[in-house]
Amino acid sequence: MNFDWQTLWFILVGVLFTGYAILDGFDLGVGALHLFVKDDTERRIFLNAIGPIWDGNEVWLVTGGGALFAAFPEAYATVFSGFYLAFMLLLVALIFRAVAIEFRSKQPMKWWRQAWDISFSISSILSAFLIGVAMGNLAWGIPLDAGHEFAGTFLGLLKPFPILLGLTTVSLFAMHGSIFIVLKTEGALQAKLKGWVKNTMITFILFYVLTTFATLIYIPRMMTTLQQAPWLFIVPVLNVLAIANIPRNVSKGQGFGAFLSSCAALFFLMALFGIGVYPYMVFSNPSPENSLTIYNAASSVTTLKIMSLFVAVGLPLILSYTLSIYWIFRGKVKLDSLSY
Amino acid sequence: MDALALSRAQFGLTIAFHYIFPPLSIGLGLCLVLFEGFYLFTREKLYLEIARFYTRIFGLIFAMGVATGVVMEFQFGTNWASYSRFVGDVFGSALAAEGVFAFFLESGFLGLLLFGWDRIKPRTHFFATLMVCLGAHFSAVWIVVANSWQQTPAGYHLVGQPGGGIRAEVTDFWQVVFSPSTVSRIWHVYMGAWQAGAFAVLSISAYYLLKKKYETFAKTGLKMALVVAAAASLLQLFSGHDSAKVVAATQPAKLAAYEGHYETAAAPLYLFGWVDEKNGQTHGVSIPGLLSYLVSGQSDAPVTGLNAFTPDKRPPINFVFQTYHAMIAIGIALIAIAWFGLFLWWRGGLWKARWFLWVLVLSVLLPQAANQLGWFSAEVGRQPYIVYNLMKTSDALSKSVKAGEVLTSMILFGFIYSLLFVLFIYLLNDKIQHGPETKEEQGHRA
Repeated sequence: MNFDWQTLWFILVGVLFTGYAILDGFDLGVGALHLFVKDDTERRIFLNAIGPIWDGNEVWLVTGGGALFAAFPEAYATVFSGFYLAFMLLLVALIFRAVAIEFRSKQPMKWWRQAWDISFSISSILSAFLIGVAMGNLAWGIPLDAGHEFAGTFLGLLKPFPILLGLTTVSLFAMHGSIFIVLKTEGALQAKLKGWVKNTMITFILFYVLTTFATLIYIPRMMTTLQQAPWLFIVPVLNVLAIANIPRNVSKGQGFGAFLSSCAALFFLMALFGIGVYPYMVFSNPSPENSLTIYNAASSVTTLKIMSLFVAVGLPLILSYTLSIYWIFRGKVKLDSLSY
Repeated sequence: MDALALSRAQFGLTIAFHYIFPPLSIGLGLCLVLFEGFYLFTREKLYLEIARFYTRIFGLIFAMGVATGVVMEFQFGTNWASYSRFVGDVFGSALAAEGVFAFFLESGFLGLLLFGWDRIKPRTHFFATLMVCLGAHFSAVWIVVANSWQQTPAGYHLVGQPGGGIRAEVTDFWQVVFSPSTVSRIWHVYMGAWQAGAFAVLSISAYYLLKKKYETFAKTGLKMALVVAAAASLLQLFSGHDSAKVVAATQPAKLAAYEGHYETAAAPLYLFGWVDEKNGQTHGVSIPGLLSYLVSGQSDAPVTGLNAFTPDKRPPINFVFQTYHAMIAIGIALIAIAWFGLFLWWRGGLWKARWFLWVLVLSVLLPQAANQLGWFSAEVGRQPYIVYNLMKTSDALSKSVKAGEVLTSMILFGFIYSLLFVLFIYLLNDKIQHGPETKEEQGHRA
């Protein structure tokens, strides 16, 4: 039997985007909540909580994009040209976010800081929303022609289901971010933020239930792989357990436990999404015969093997120094002369 | 304008703007390693002060590089989908390798470099600085590998696809990595980047000296950067010569366009000139036989001329002639500036020559200009191909993207990049005016 290199790379690209969702997820979430604290010091604490790490987090997206290009060039070409304007908006949002973090602290004027606060927060929310909408479209399916080119329109991407998934993503990241920021703060600010965790958690769980039902009712295709390989049912079970564990950790006052549960929830949600769309990279709706699967979208097996070697060498290195750096920057945020 | 012209303009705008920053990160990264290395070796506070000051400048530059770099990773898919389908198997792996081996390294350790001064030991911090510098250098390797494959494709074969169409697939990965032009171009890019970084330090230091501020700080930084600048400028001359020889061997149409050389015969080297593309003639001041000599060692050896290529296979000639010659002129000027600086330093007149310090202040713009002009020569010189002799640029576009959409994004980028550029200059100036003192030190004085 031949080893299924395409499935391996479907999983590996998924791992990169999952890494992105877990890591940039909390800093996009912190950005989404940024405007809800009014005080300058509190806002600086928010920014400095993610200051030393957001850049490394965003690399997961860039590398995920590179890996998608290398492993599934047809999918990369179709999705990015098809979602042209949506992706341009995402890029603009990511640019604004990056420079807002960098520029805000450089001047003390109130209008200056307010302007960068707004662009930081709006661009964080917009990024999360657009990522969700893109995933929603991949789940729902987009119209492709026989040459695998996108045959729809920009407005056609804004169907109810993708919008629902966009909102779910914003609420998920907001919850993930609020759990993270509680870990990085102390005193009165932390007490206030703990209240936010409850609110964002309830909002997310409502959206989660809504999205789950909408998927079950409108996109039965997402169940196909689960039905073929029933052992995979462990994933939705663990997903529900991870989500249920968040309020449990929170009520017991286990901040770090809640964060780990939230990370696990994101991991299993991404896994569930991957299982749902598998073996399709881009499902064509209508005309499913034009779909891009992991087989007709993939690079040659030679290339997939070479890149597997990259990952085997690179990933342990990346994980070891990423963990070391998180370890060095553990603990509460202290504002000093180097801070944003 | 049609979608092709707009997409080319947008790619040109976004890559040119992006390329202001990576060479600075690479060159300044090297300087940071030197500064901090000297501190570890001598334990003199002055070197630490220099390292910390330029780290703050580095942070701003790096953020700009990241913000504008994300766009580049996705633009192949958004605007050049047909290209992506054709080359993904080969070109995509180089980009993925850049992510795995370079971006994680530099971005991960950047946090330590910027915020770790008081959290980790000096040796550990030096290690972080080294890793950021190494990551920046690795990143250039992979992107030059990808681009060199477009110039001199190797290690691939063309494979027909089930759904129609063909694409390039890897046959030999090491041939892809070490395509005929890779090594000479990496050195060329590195030297350009080291010059960019070193001349930035020279410029800032000379400015302080002219303003009579932080003089010990400025003199030490200036001397160290001058050594880097002199070495890199001279090495750039050799790497440029090497690059041109590779172009002669692998992309004759490009070399002929660089020199406006039409008839296949012994070729002169133009110092400056003008190409009359209509009549196929080049006017200007030239040294007879020098191009032939540089390419093959004999001044009467024939060099392939543009007439050997039908007009539809030639790049825009006068444009690349001008950008190429301007780049070389600047390269020579940089050697002159750096070595004259060393001469003044040796004679002991460096700090008194105010006019020369002013030259150094302005010199920061020269490597930037040369880097941009060099890339314009290399990329426009490859036209009409996006992959040399394999795929035309006009066949590489996204089929599903309309001209109006590209125009929209182009205006968006134009607006944002203008804003970013103004802010970047403003903040850079702010950091320079603020000087090497930390906020606390200023607080104590006040």
